[in-house]
Amino acid sequence: MSATSGLRLAPRPPARDPAWLPRLFWTSAALVLLWPLAVATEFRPWVLLEPGNLKISAQFIGSFWPLALDGEFLALVARETWRTVAIATAGITLALGVAMPLTLLSTRVLSISALSGRMARAPFWLRQGVRWLLIVLRSVPELVWALVFVRVVGLGPTAGVLAIALTYGGMLGKVYGEILESGETQATETLLRNGAGRLQAFAYGLLPTNAAELTSYTVYRWECAIRSSVVLGFVGAGGLGQQLDNSMKMFEGGEVATMLLVFIALVALADRTSAWLRKALG
Amino acid sequence: MNKPSAANPPYKLPPPLFDARCKACWFSAALALLVVASFWSLDLQWAQFLSLDAARSMGRFLGEFFPPDLSPTFVAKVTVGAWETLAMSLLGTLVAAAAGLALALPASRLHAADAAWGRAPTRLLLNALRSIPELVWAALLLIAAGLGPFAGTLALALHTTGVLGRLFAESLENAPAGPGDALRAQGVGPLRVFLYATLPQVLPQLLSYTLYRWENNIRAAAVLGVVGAGGLGQLLAFHMGLFQMGKTATILGAMLAMVALVDGFSYGARRWMTR
Repeated sequence: MSATSGLRLAPRPPARDPAWLPRLFWTSAALVLLWPLAVATEFRPWVLLEPGNLKISAQFIGSFWPLALDGEFLALVARETWRTVAIATAGITLALGVAMPLTLLSTRVLSISALSGRMARAPFWLRQGVRWLLIVLRSVPELVWALVFVRVVGLGPTAGVLAIALTYGGMLGKVYGEILESGETQATETLLRNGAGRLQAFAYGLLPTNAAELTSYTVYRWECAIRSSVVLGFVGAGGLGQQLDNSMKMFEGGEVATMLLVFIALVALADRTSAWLRKALG
Repeated sequence: MNKPSAANPPYKLPPPLFDARCKACWFSAALALLVVASFWSLDLQWAQFLSLDAARSMGRFLGEFFPPDLSPTFVAKVTVGAWETLAMSLLGTLVAAAAGLALALPASRLHAADAAWGRAPTRLLLNALRSIPELVWAALLLIAAGLGPFAGTLALALHTTGVLGRLFAESLENAPAGPGDALRAQGVGPLRVFLYATLPQVLPQLLSYTLYRWENNIRAAAVLGVVGAGGLGQLLAFHMGLFQMGKTATILGAMLAMVALVDGFSYGARRWMTR
């Protein structure tokens, strides 16, 4: 670049955003498209401000204070909180029992026939079938499983544990499969090529390379399971959710507020533990 | 951490199985204790669940799902419910994305000299919003907003605001500082720095987070109705309560189809955006 070309008159910078017209168009188009959504969901925020509703909400929120802090209630909350954690933990443990065999069955890396090019037809369809099973397990929401199991085993934690076990079994199985297939597979392949069995190749090749990631995902899912076990309480699976539902139905604002605070603290604690664990795992 | 070395140098014996200084041992012991205590304290009715009786009632229950009710009037009703659910999840996610972005700005330190007074309190608010599940929000909001999809939409929006706000704040903080610094050095105000330097850099990531949450929200919206917040869930709770299993099967099928559809769409869109 010579000095003269630098002196050439630069075009004046545009005074306003040169793309303002398209931006305006797309914004208004989006607003027009939003209209049917707002109609379908009866999205009328001013309903919240109608005097009747406002009075009820104000009364309910006003009753949040003072918090319910008598000893008997606190003991109940502590018991139900433990129950919530226990449902989540037991559910995740059973979910592991569902996910691990299904992952072993569905992992493509552990295929011996795939070592020589294409996977044979029978193992391919077996793996595909297991995959579909996992997809079905995880796409039915745990609340629906819980509704089904409440019909079969009656109200109580069993329904919640089973619901978490099935949904989370599906989720864990699918993601485990993805983790195992996305990692470095050379060690496993070498083991298989040299005559190791599938289980040996898994235990000495695939598992050590991916253990940290697998554990960290499991811990994260445990944290999610605590949240869902509260939700499951609303359909009668016991725990904090059920108490919350009861207190809400009786408009006991103080009890609701206490339980919400306990719940926020519980989730924060699980969050912290899970973050710490995942960091420790590296 | 000490300097890197082989996990188990050849001149050493393998470590003893349990050692009072070994953190992992204590941790595994605590984990085993937690699991055992959970199972022990829950009085799970395995006997009842694994009995022949339960298996039979489960089989009968599943058998009643067939044939699904496919009469035109009912299918029309389910379609309306599915559209309502879809609209709830879409609108809830959009509102949450807007609110999340609005809260992510005070919740992040936008440049080195930013005092970011609001950072800690806003993050606390976002965490509180996030840690209460959609269903609990819906149950709370029913009191203020009445039965129907509006309460569900608000519930989705509140929970998702917490989630997205936190994710957005993290991506805003991690955005490369160069373009923003260049504009700021020219004396451009904070709003325009955000609009023309920070936002364009993080927009694909924000959109991808939003789409991901939409996938989650369609699942949540499908079941929110169980507490009375509209959509497919309300139909499901109603017909399941009446033991009309054929109709329940149709609703479940619609739920699965819708979730699969949204998953596929969102996966495609995210692939297309990050390409």
